[in-house]
Amino acid sequence: MVERRSRRSLLLGLVIVLLLAGVAASLLVGSRGLAPDRVWELLWHPDGSLESAVVRGQRLPRTVLGLVVGAALGLAGAVMQALTRNPLADPGILGVNAGAALVVVAFVAVSGVTDIGAYVWFAGAGAGAAAATVYAVAGVGRPDSSPVRLALAGVAVSAALASLTSAVVLADQEAFNEFRFWVAGSLQGRGWSELGAVAPFLGVGLVLALSITGALGVLMLGEDTARGLGVKVSRVRTLALLAVTALCGAATAAVGPIAFVGLAVPMVARALMGHDLRWISACSLALGALWLLTADVLARVLAPEEVAAGIVAALVGGPVFVLVARRRRVPAL
Amino acid sequence: MTLHQPDERPRQRPGERYVVGRRGAWSVRFGVRPALVLLAAGAASLLLALVGLVLGELGLSLGEVLGALGGRSDDRLTAYFVTEVRLPRVVTALVVGAALGVAGSLFQNITGNPLGSPDIIGFTTGAATGALVTIIVLGGDTAAVAIGAVIGGLATAAAVGLLVRSTGLTGLRLVLVGLGVGATLAALNTLLLTRASLVAAQTAAQWLAGSLNAVLWPRATVTLLAVAVLLVPAVLLGRSVAMLALGDDTAHACGVPVTRVRAAAALVGVGLVSVATAATGPIAFVALAAPQISRRLAGTATSGIAGPAVVGAAVVLGSDLLAQHLFAPTQLAVGVVTGALGGIYLIALVATETRRSR
Repeated sequence: MVERRSRRSLLLGLVIVLLLAGVAASLLVGSRGLAPDRVWELLWHPDGSLESAVVRGQRLPRTVLGLVVGAALGLAGAVMQALTRNPLADPGILGVNAGAALVVVAFVAVSGVTDIGAYVWFAGAGAGAAAATVYAVAGVGRPDSSPVRLALAGVAVSAALASLTSAVVLADQEAFNEFRFWVAGSLQGRGWSELGAVAPFLGVGLVLALSITGALGVLMLGEDTARGLGVKVSRVRTLALLAVTALCGAATAAVGPIAFVGLAVPMVARALMGHDLRWISACSLALGALWLLTADVLARVLAPEEVAAGIVAALVGGPVFVLVARRRRVPAL
Repeated sequence: MTLHQPDERPRQRPGERYVVGRRGAWSVRFGVRPALVLLAAGAASLLLALVGLVLGELGLSLGEVLGALGGRSDDRLTAYFVTEVRLPRVVTALVVGAALGVAGSLFQNITGNPLGSPDIIGFTTGAATGALVTIIVLGGDTAAVAIGAVIGGLATAAAVGLLVRSTGLTGLRLVLVGLGVGATLAALNTLLLTRASLVAAQTAAQWLAGSLNAVLWPRATVTLLAVAVLLVPAVLLGRSVAMLALGDDTAHACGVPVTRVRAAAALVGVGLVSVATAATGPIAFVALAAPQISRRLAGTATSGIAGPAVVGAAVVLGSDLLAQHLFAPTQLAVGVVTGALGGIYLIALVATETRRSR
């Protein structure tokens, strides 16, 4: 037991070290080559130069956003998979991504305005409304509400919304053009204003998620066992859903839908950490941030024309994930 | 995984009835309710087929349509529109829907996952990649796109199969590897879409939504024959596949060669989807929804073969009728309607179930 715990700490420590390296890379890498010591100096002492604006106005907010959104998606995924006990359940399964996409597309089609800054609010509202619909259909909060029913309700609502989205997109060229870029998920051009808009939701989601990981882990032993051990099943499930909605909704609003991070990160964390949901959650936080930040850094350097971070996260992350799934024994949910 | 959690198992209803027929060494047993559901869905499909033959720009009466079907029509135009234009479209819709429903049912059973569908082994995403490359990079025509899609889908399924095979074909590993490969290709698809010209990207988006426009007899016949051939092994596998729901160990103990059944079912499922995709492009959500809808209507623990087939056929045909006539003369893509219709219907089913079980 002691040995396993020390191995887990070691692995988690390794992920955190890699994460710090990722943060450094995210601050240092960019189209404008800046020496590391110059970047370091500008971080603490802005001097009003163009270079200072690049570091403090672009790279720093982008790094923080990637860190926060990646961590939120990782944690949301861990909670979602523990809750539904289904490896196919990404946080977007609550209809969050489909709802956000529909409202963004409808906004562009109706108003003709294309403005990433405005999308935050519309995407957030769409995400919340879709999740609320899924809760209502699945009867969340009732004593007998089941995770399978929740997953199906989420898939059904998402499919219906996605159909509407594609109907709008097929009819409206302008909306289609915006949609194909928004849906890829990117950190480019996002910054403090997006972060400020979603920060309260991220905070609430984080607190909620961390407060129930213990109980949720017990719940994975089975409903009856958990009830016998004093877990308030229905309350824990409801809180978990609220946490996932807040985290994933905020992430999608800020950068667009990045589904794969929420799916893959918790599975890899599970392969590294074993069964304990508290360790899995902690690892998912760090690993999610690492995953998205690395993707964003690669997105800047892989091609002359920048690729969306959401694309890189799955394009490079997908093979890594397959490797992990084949090499390591992933504990069943 | 979660398909058969105790709280999801349909309650034993008092007075649930079965019919058993015996003749010598052979016996058949089927539940009354599933059989009734099957009949009702079949009747609905038939009704929808008639509606599909009657509706259209050339206004025809039911009598004229029936006359043309029987070859007793004097009007050449009527006969042409009914038997050469509308009938192949209706037939293709039914066949493609049935193929998707059965494929979905097979995949949900072999993975033990209600969210399972041919998508999980990356087939649909791979097919989309093939089509996108054909449209955006090679600039191919409709036939080339169909071929590109099938090649892409089969290559992806083969890759997933090989990756899984060397490490053992279990439900969870199949799901995870399929997920990773699918996500990689989905990212590639998004990349292609964002890098393409707006016109090429729109053509691709049209294909991705699926369509039954301009389906004539040659394509309908090939699709019908291919699906008919593939349905034979599907039906033969049906019983063993349903046993997988008991868990690998129990199924094994009951004499089911688990690994072989799973591999064979996956193969048949992939075959069915590739035929459907070649005929119409990927039609969203039918493979996932049809087995769930049929299972919930019939009140059975797992979805079989016949139920999902008939429900899938009815969903695709109904959706195509709506896609053609709802906003006529504007034609919607059939995939847009299946997603909305199947989604809303599944929502209603889950919601009533929630209310009833209170």
